[in-house]
Amino acid sequence: MKARHKRFGFLLAGLVVLAAAAYLVFNALGNNLSYFFSPTEVAEHKAPENHVFRLGGLVEPGTLERGEKLTVHFKVTDNHHTVKVAYTGILPDLFKEGQGVIAQGRMGPDGVFVAEEVLAKHDENYMPPEVADALEKGHQKGIEAMARENKPL
Amino acid sequence: MSGRIFNIYRFSSPATFYPLAGKIARIAAWIALLLLAVGLYMSFFVAPTDYKQGEGYRIIFIHVPAAWMSMFIYLVMAFWAGIGLVFNTRLSSMMAQALAPTGAIMTFIALWTGAFWGKPMWGAWWVWDARLTSELILFFLYIGFIALQGAIDDNRRADRAGAVLLLVGVVNIPIIYFSVKWWNTLHQGASVSIKNGSSMSTIMLQAMLVMTFAFWAYSIAVSLYRVRSIILEREKDARWVSELPEVGR
Amino acid sequence: MKALSEFFYMGGYALYVWGSFGVTALLMIVEPIMVHQRRKSVLQRISRLVRIKSEQKS
Repeated sequence: MKARHKRFGFLLAGLVVLAAAAYLVFNALGNNLSYFFSPTEVAEHKAPENHVFRLGGLVEPGTLERGEKLTVHFKVTDNHHTVKVAYTGILPDLFKEGQGVIAQGRMGPDGVFVAEEVLAKHDENYMPPEVADALEKGHQKGIEAMARENKPL
Repeated sequence: MSGRIFNIYRFSSPATFYPLAGKIARIAAWIALLLLAVGLYMSFFVAPTDYKQGEGYRIIFIHVPAAWMSMFIYLVMAFWAGIGLVFNTRLSSMMAQALAPTGAIMTFIALWTGAFWGKPMWGAWWVWDARLTSELILFFLYIGFIALQGAIDDNRRADRAGAVLLLVGVVNIPIIYFSVKWWNTLHQGASVSIKNGSSMSTIMLQAMLVMTFAFWAYSIAVSLYRVRSIILEREKDARWVSELPEVGR
Repeated sequence: MKALSEFFYMGGYALYVWGSFGVTALLMIVEPIMVHQRRKSVLQRISRLVRIKSEQKS
């Protein structure tokens, strides 16, 4: 019985030490485990200025321009700041205006982010197209209704 | 062992657990077959096309169940290994050993299907983001455990070393689970969570849950069949083994 | 026939969907077979052991 308690004690102590160590390590690593920087972080100069990093956000609707050959220009936004991006290459299936995107590259001297690779980031929502349409319509109606309600004021 | 006082201890003896495991495994195998048939039918013919990812999203019906099982099996293994370490029960260490290959396969399936899903949707087979990397570490933990158990000849010492590895590796499980919340990752957030419910349409969620239970039943069946072999290997000199009807004379 | 080929086409994602389901199916068939073979070989070994023991006794 005694040996069993002792083993259990050792095990518990070991796990506590391990948990503390893990906590410290992750605290220290902090943002370094993040896969990308947001446009706000770029604006605050938190992203590396002289070497390659990843920029993540939404493709701002209405900013996608297809240039000659396979070059595209678009703006990446997080609704606070935007960054202009230039990219030459094949875009993934889910790349669309208003969709999440992660671009790898570096900042050019003219403030345009030159991407070498563009990945699409999607959300955790899955539904049939009819439902998506209905939701979209519902959303539009809601906006209209809100506009109507606000008018008499 | 005083079997009359503590009834649960009766099943911690390999001799009594051996036939019980066989019975449960057989039932679980039938449940797994049934659920797999229903789940696959739902995955392809009942669940509708996704509004954004078209038919490509159907990979979710194996990707998520496999990823859940990969984490769940690890926790169960660590639990049994911990019990074995503290109470010195032979059977619980055997259970941990029996679960390892199935857990490794589930992890591999999650990684493989993830790659085949990431390529068309994200544009990359693999990225080193926190979710993908921590799941890969889980795979190495399984492989490491299996290799460690295989490398040590003395069963008792192998069990103890394996248990320590498993318990240390438990830190990785919350990291996998919460990685998409703690850090910016390419991998999207959880579609199903206890706190926020589900962000999938009901029929898709139902198909995914049926597949999850199918994978669950499969894992139970396979690991219990495997633990029967492990029991026989380790207890080969015991009298009850030599008296088994399946042992030819 | 058309419905069938459309089904296997998977809206253009055939490689990815069947690549995922195919490998999963393969693994979930191979694993039980391996488990079964392990059991067979263990039982064979033990049977031999029991036979040797009974021969030594007599």
